[in-house]
Amino acid sequence: MSDAILRVNNLQTQFQTRNGVLKAVDGVSFEVGRGRILGLVGESGSGKSVTGYSILGLIEAPGEVAGGEVLLKGQDLTRLKGEAMRRVRGAQIAMVFQDPMMTLNPVLKIGTQMIAAVRAHDKVSRKVAWGRARDALAKVGIPSPEERLDAYPHQLSGGMRQRVAIAIALLHSPAVIIADEPTTALDVSIQGQILAEVRRLADETGTAFVWVTHDLAVVSSLADDICVMYAGRVVETGAAADVIASPRHPYTAGLLASVPAEHEPGERLPQVPGSTPSLADLPPGCAFAPRCFKAGPACTTTPPVQTFADGRSALCHYPIEPVSCQPLSSTSTTYRSAS
Amino acid sequence: MSAALLDIDHVSKRFVKRPSLGERIAGLLGAGRKTEIVRAVSDVSLTVRKGEVVGLVGESGCGKSTLGRIIAGIYAPSDGKVLFGNAPVAKEQGRRTEKLTTQVQMVHQDPFASLNPRMRIGDTVAEGPVTHNIVKARDADAYVADMLGRVGLDPSYRRRFPHQFSGGQRQRIAIARALAMKPDLLVLDEPVASLDVSIQAQVLNLFMDLRQDLDLTAIFISHDLGVVRHVSDRVAIMYLGRIVELAPTAELYAAPNHPYTKALFESVPRVGVGRKDFRPIAGEIPSPLHPPNGCHFHPRCPLAGPRCKREAPALSAIGPGRASACHLNGGGTD
Amino acid sequence: MSAPVETRWGRLANFWTDFRQNPVAVAALIVIVSVILMAIFAPLVAPQDPYNQKTLDLFDARLPPGEIGSGGYVHWLGTDAAGRDLFSAILYGLRTSLIIGMLAGTFALVLGATVGLIAAYYGGRTEALIMRVIDLQLSLPAILLALVLVAMLGQGLPQLVAALVAAQYAYFARTTHGAASAERGKDYIEAALSTPLPARRVLFRHLLPNALPPLLVVATVQVANSIALEATLSFLGLGLPLTKPSLGSLISNGFQFLLSGRYWISIYPGIALMLTVVAINLVGDQVRHVLNPRRSR
Repeated sequence: MSDAILRVNNLQTQFQTRNGVLKAVDGVSFEVGRGRILGLVGESGSGKSVTGYSILGLIEAPGEVAGGEVLLKGQDLTRLKGEAMRRVRGAQIAMVFQDPMMTLNPVLKIGTQMIAAVRAHDKVSRKVAWGRARDALAKVGIPSPEERLDAYPHQLSGGMRQRVAIAIALLHSPAVIIADEPTTALDVSIQGQILAEVRRLADETGTAFVWVTHDLAVVSSLADDICVMYAGRVVETGAAADVIASPRHPYTAGLLASVPAEHEPGERLPQVPGSTPSLADLPPGCAFAPRCFKAGPACTTTPPVQTFADGRSALCHYPIEPVSCQPLSSTSTTYRSAS
Repeated sequence: MSAALLDIDHVSKRFVKRPSLGERIAGLLGAGRKTEIVRAVSDVSLTVRKGEVVGLVGESGCGKSTLGRIIAGIYAPSDGKVLFGNAPVAKEQGRRTEKLTTQVQMVHQDPFASLNPRMRIGDTVAEGPVTHNIVKARDADAYVADMLGRVGLDPSYRRRFPHQFSGGQRQRIAIARALAMKPDLLVLDEPVASLDVSIQAQVLNLFMDLRQDLDLTAIFISHDLGVVRHVSDRVAIMYLGRIVELAPTAELYAAPNHPYTKALFESVPRVGVGRKDFRPIAGEIPSPLHPPNGCHFHPRCPLAGPRCKREAPALSAIGPGRASACHLNGGGTD
Repeated sequence: MSAPVETRWGRLANFWTDFRQNPVAVAALIVIVSVILMAIFAPLVAPQDPYNQKTLDLFDARLPPGEIGSGGYVHWLGTDAAGRDLFSAILYGLRTSLIIGMLAGTFALVLGATVGLIAAYYGGRTEALIMRVIDLQLSLPAILLALVLVAMLGQGLPQLVAALVAAQYAYFARTTHGAASAERGKDYIEAALSTPLPARRVLFRHLLPNALPPLLVVATVQVANSIALEATLSFLGLGLPLTKPSLGSLISNGFQFLLSGRYWISIYPGIALMLTVVAINLVGDQVRHVLNPRRSR
């Protein structure tokens, strides 16, 4: 994929703590093309959200982006400072947070905030800005946008606020939107509405999305590509459908296998043993090795990135052989015997 | 299945939010808030048999957590009765609710909030049983060790504080605390919702093991249809304070009856179906402060007719062990 | 799956690591510790027992700082109108001030915390009644309340402490109420109530320990306030009898000479009072900063 709009190369984000340096993001690389949705999947502590924040230069002390590149249409965002970064942020790349109130000011009307957001980057009249704000709200499927512009955030439901946050992100037709768990706090029926809108927006406007989430089901039904993170590293990448159908990394396989909906009711679920390691105390080599059913002697050394024919890759010494035309649960048998 | 262990009989719960003094003064000037009444649960009836796991499913504002807390004796119902083995679970004592039984115990959603951060976990597990003479104080240590072992934790952890455990381990501790009271009924309120996917499976397996070993009866509350399907014998779907459909799990998932249930199943993203065209439910969930008239779901229902606006459908039997609250099942929507 | 092993000492060590990030607070802590040590060991440190009339010599009255008196030692801070060595008088005065401050602070904490806890736990009318009384009291200046109480109760250490407690418990009550109300709504309290555990247990084993950290911050500040309040009362002549002067009475004692160029009699006790109060406040601020749960670790 050479037409990538956003390319992240070997990104390193570290936090200075009492107990030394924590590598929250340790050599993450991925790319997103125009109109595509990348699902950045991981559990708590995997570094998926920190990756999103790092791309936008939103890491604050004691954290810092310690290395790597974030190339937005060829421009390295990690080299931009202060004002230069602010000009890019919001205009060419935007963020949607899990809590829309991170974006919205509770004491200002939606319209006031959106007009300010338009005029932050474009010198247009208030009237023009108002029109663009209304169009943006309409674009994310908000009914009667004129009325909403006149409302305060607290007068809207959680789902509606999140739509407004997405509309604000869309105001300057950015090339990329980073969305950090944007539907996690919402109800299923509202989540469904937003996912449908986002899919449509990506297809129609060509905006690329990096969708940070822990929810495999969301990624599976929304994303084009998947990037699975564990303990600060990317462990598997590939087309979403391929990865879900036949995971190559044992961690991805374990995650997929433990989703209850894929099993007979009451059946014992294949489980990944143990718990997510603390970043302060990672095992040497592959961080997943102590929980992995395929772990072998080589796993105490840093695993190589293995690339496969179909544009996929896995960070593993012993990747799982691809399965073809087999149901999902086939990958789970190994875990069942292991637990 | 044997006789009813828990009988929820026409239970309603209203939360009244009275305006504060300042708001009342503002009210005299025509500005303040009026008394607001949230009908969290309205007219719910349900019986739970011994050994059964009943799932309560719904979106926010549907009243599933409130109903769970009424069953667990944290709230007393505003109307109706909750009888556990023919005795009420709790009674209203002035403004406070007094719980009358130790046989119903609860596991909360967030294991980071449900354990006292300044108490050693051994004490957390022991204090209930010791207070209620389920175990003598001098035997408490061994009892706690046994309970921790049961939920898959190393008994030597009992002198540690909650912050030294991961989310999954804390949820095990919370389950151990509930089990230590030797309950006949367990109310689990979203017990895996705040856990990582790989840890969810561990806790669900633990629950299923315990259920088998201890012959537990449980109310399992969740917004996750997949999780509920996996652990429940029967499922009640709730919407804005009412049960709209009640059915044995397999039948419900095979053939949902109520339009809301169907729509809910439609809008759930699933692993492995690939990029799909969502057919999400239109509209927002109305506020329980001002629920729509008639059938609460009618503004969002594709099949709604004039009758649905006028008249709330009763939850009535549509087959053996199945019930649904929709006019389409009787008399039509006109 | 090994949970990180962390002990109480570990937490204390972490607390100290965070605390010492602020050098001003560390300096303030050193000041407090020295002040407390000097107050405790006053009889050993001070060259003179300022309350022992026999050691006083009127020939030494109002000596400026640095002069050698009839005792044969240097009066580094000068002497007062009765010939007391001011350095010694300040050390003994600190003793009185600190004892009063801590006593008043502790009693106010116990009383205020209990009242605040009860209000937060029982809610409803009980809460409304208690908190309105507290609000009413907080709207009056503490000094006014203390003045009235001392005037009613009379002079003496217990009376003074009682007046200070009555004037200050409301701050503790309000803080406790705020912290406990926030904790009251948390799941672990709900879990304890649904077990069910008796009210007293929920109050003192669950609610109180978790409402305590903000209370300790208020406590440090209130000790400083008690000291200042007591000094004010003494300055106005309503504090302890002159035979057992605190810093306030020392300041008051030298006030009349202030304009006649004998500044030291009032100024040095004043500086001692200010140092102590400011140092306690600085330490309290840093403790609040470190304990703030919203601060990322």
